[in-house]
Amino acid sequence: MAIRERLSGNEAVSTAIRQINPDVMPAFPITPSTEIPQYVSSYVADGLIDTEFVAVESEHSAMSATIGASAAGARALTATSSAGLALMWEELHIASSDRVPVVLALVNRALSGPININADHSDGMGARDCGWIQLYSEDNQEAYDNMVMAFRIAEHPDVLLPVMVCQDGFITSHAVQNLLLLEDEKVKNFVGEYEPEDYLLNAKNPMAVGPYAVSSYYMEARRSMAQGMLNAKKVIMDVAKEYENLSGRGYNYFEEYQTKDADYVIVVMGSATGAAKDACDKLRAQGKKVGVLKIRVFRPFPAEELAAALKNVKAIAAMDRAESFSGNGGPMAAELKAALFGARQYPEVLSMVYGLGGRDITVEDMEMIYADLEAGNFDCKELPYRYVNVRE
Amino acid sequence: MKGLTEIRWHGRGGQGAKTAALLLADVAFSTGAEVQGFPEYGPERMGAPITAYNRVSDKPIRVHSNIYAPDYVVVVDETLLEDIDVTAGLSEEGAVIINTAKDKEEIIPLLKGYQGRVCTIDARKVSMEALGMYFPNSPMLAAVIKVSGIMPEEKFLEEMQMSYEHKFASKPQVIEGNMKALKIALKEVKE
Repeated sequence: MAIRERLSGNEAVSTAIRQINPDVMPAFPITPSTEIPQYVSSYVADGLIDTEFVAVESEHSAMSATIGASAAGARALTATSSAGLALMWEELHIASSDRVPVVLALVNRALSGPININADHSDGMGARDCGWIQLYSEDNQEAYDNMVMAFRIAEHPDVLLPVMVCQDGFITSHAVQNLLLLEDEKVKNFVGEYEPEDYLLNAKNPMAVGPYAVSSYYMEARRSMAQGMLNAKKVIMDVAKEYENLSGRGYNYFEEYQTKDADYVIVVMGSATGAAKDACDKLRAQGKKVGVLKIRVFRPFPAEELAAALKNVKAIAAMDRAESFSGNGGPMAAELKAALFGARQYPEVLSMVYGLGGRDITVEDMEMIYADLEAGNFDCKELPYRYVNVRE
Repeated sequence: MKGLTEIRWHGRGGQGAKTAALLLADVAFSTGAEVQGFPEYGPERMGAPITAYNRVSDKPIRVHSNIYAPDYVVVVDETLLEDIDVTAGLSEEGAVIINTAKDKEEIIPLLKGYQGRVCTIDARKVSMEALGMYFPNSPMLAAVIKVSGIMPEEKFLEEMQMSYEHKFASKPQVIEGNMKALKIALKEVKE
């Protein structure tokens, strides 16, 4: 029987960490993810888990210690946000190239400047090409479920890449909401014991981690990482199926909501999805053929599957909660367009940047976006893409 | 309770409006409802205006935006009435609940033409009588439960007793005072 609870997103992720009982958690606090190491350290102090909690002096050290622990053979994770992730930048690449299956709870927050503590995806999007698997969560339930699934994906021998479990800062991290938890024992059995094939503390099989690679080896190492990312697609689905059997909650690379016969679709990630779904329901009641597609797995990017799901769509609003300053629209929109082009599909794709630094997005905003798609209003004035709710 | 009830809290940093919103989410959850409780985070300073929100529904809540057309508004600090349009978007079927010692006739002119129910409670008086200290959030929580009718008073008191026992496990001497504040507030809120 599932446990009916009400928790904030940070409490939900912390609860999953308690149930997983990882070996090591190094962390340095930063808003809005601070509560995660705070809760976990209290679980340690209360004797609920035997995780080695390491209070470090920076996020760079947090990720370094997480990598070191994992290379030694431990199951390790950390948590951060915004500037904290930026300070981990170098180590994010070290983690993925060392093939250490660590997990990072990322509570998405805007990057400076101007300095801002609220939600957007510029931190996660900035780290999209670091060789990490990225799972984005719509709400507290998904943040919990993604955290429970994360180590299974990362540690799979065909993958061996780190996983970032993302949720929107404050919007879900600090909002108390209903969710269903699994019993501790079920999570423990689902995640299982960590038994790495190779690790530094295995004296019988000495190995090097992170050595120099000359030109004649470097590309092969990168190609092998790319293969891990490709292999992750199957593993993500296999883990999701097993998790569905356990929890009753099914997950895919993305969620399709009323898309089967939809002419106009909003493609979105994270907490804004609910507003799009409510707008979709209102317009469906008026007979409009509208839908929502929520991307959960951004890395690996499910290009072929997205194109197939959007095969019969006339117009798409691709909504990014991040500005990539490419001058050509948001990062998700760019990849979605590439996916559609690769499949020889040419619907209208309106790239929209919204919600930066916690700017609110409402059901009414989503209704207006659908209205523009239906009316063929793709005018973006001087930009090749559109800003939602911005003063000009 | 039917459908969706949306509540917006206006307070000042340090008065416990956020805590009250989270407590409301907790007690509504205990009745089997789907709930949301969340603050709007800005610059965090003591005394700065803050906003917090609740959604209570019989169906899963998917929207995470702020609340612009609430059913109820709770004003924890009446000095906010001069600076903030607290009844903006407030349903005329709903109500505004204000912490004040004044009569509502004195308050109504500050409400920018709001035509719905105006309820007042002197949370300072209630809190001083029950606790000997000024903590407005317990009286305001009781007031919004009474005015909105989102749950029966008996059930509310029962759940709050358990909630306080948990919250104040290390200082049980304040449980009785807080329970007293709730009970007085349920009677004192005026329309």
